[in-house]
Amino acid sequence: MAVKRPLSPHLQVYRPQLTSTLSILHRITGLLLSLGGTLLVAWVLILAQGPDHHEHLQAWAGGGIVKWLVCAGFYVFVFSLVYHLLNGIRHLVWDAGYGLDIPNAYRSGWVVVVLSVVITALLALRAMIGGAA
Amino acid sequence: MSLQTPLGRVRGLGSAREGVAHWWAQRVSAVLLLPLSIWFLSWVLPVLGQPYSDARVFVAQPLNAFLLLTFMLALIYHALLGVQVVIEDYLHTRWLEVSLQVAIKLIAFLAALATAFALIRIVLGA
Ligand code: HEM
Repeated sequence: MAVKRPLSPHLQVYRPQLTSTLSILHRITGLLLSLGGTLLVAWVLILAQGPDHHEHLQAWAGGGIVKWLVCAGFYVFVFSLVYHLLNGIRHLVWDAGYGLDIPNAYRSGWVVVVLSVVITALLALRAMIGGAA
Repeated sequence: MSLQTPLGRVRGLGSAREGVAHWWAQRVSAVLLLPLSIWFLSWVLPVLGQPYSDARVFVAQPLNAFLLLTFMLALIYHALLGVQVVIEDYLHTRWLEVSLQVAIKLIAFLAALATAFALIRIVLGA
């Protein structure tokens, strides 16, 4: 049935904007966190399983390229959680009916960007000082 | 017999009145995850890289185990609702869409069950 009705915007004709970029980033970080969640389940299972399995895991993740990848993945997860959390608050405020005008959407967007970077950096700093990654 | 077109009839019906529940569940689980995620970032993150005995002692504390279980269950529920929408949005091959929708529900169910059993085992010290 051919109906004349408005279609969703064609994303490819839009210049990337802060608002649209943060919107897709909320989705991407949500997916990454879901993936990270399954790894957390695995961690809890190994913890319940016993020290042998845990040692295997730490030995496997303890050196070379794997160690580097695990470390990178860890910080992607941390940034994702910080960003998704802060932007999630932004979503909930919108859902309550506030801050939906364009100037405020940009203002809150920049606040989320700056806070995400700062908080992730602080958490990384704490990990380095504490020696745990 | 109605002279309305099928499309006009559907439009008149408005919302199917399903989906508001999904929307609400996504927000409620988000509100629950908000303080729990702050707790996770503050206290659990450093434990992830710790040696076995330290990590296990941390998780075995009843309050930590309770908060971790609540966090994980809220995470699994919220993630299930969220990923479901992403699949609805992007996957238009019917068999693939349906298979994935079923698969994520099974994964979420197993993940929740496994987490609960593992944490109970750790707390009881088995
Ligand atoms: C902790 C692990 C978390 C995971 C795995 C997760 C995962 C997801 C996923 C997959 C989506 C769907 C994204 C989309 O439809 O574009 C989503 C949406 C959402 N999340 Fe999370 N999330 C987490 C934490 C949080 C937290 C802490 C908040 C805090 C406020 C939050 C607030 C939201 C909101 C409001 C939405 C709906 C956004 C929309 O309708 O576009 N999430 N989440």
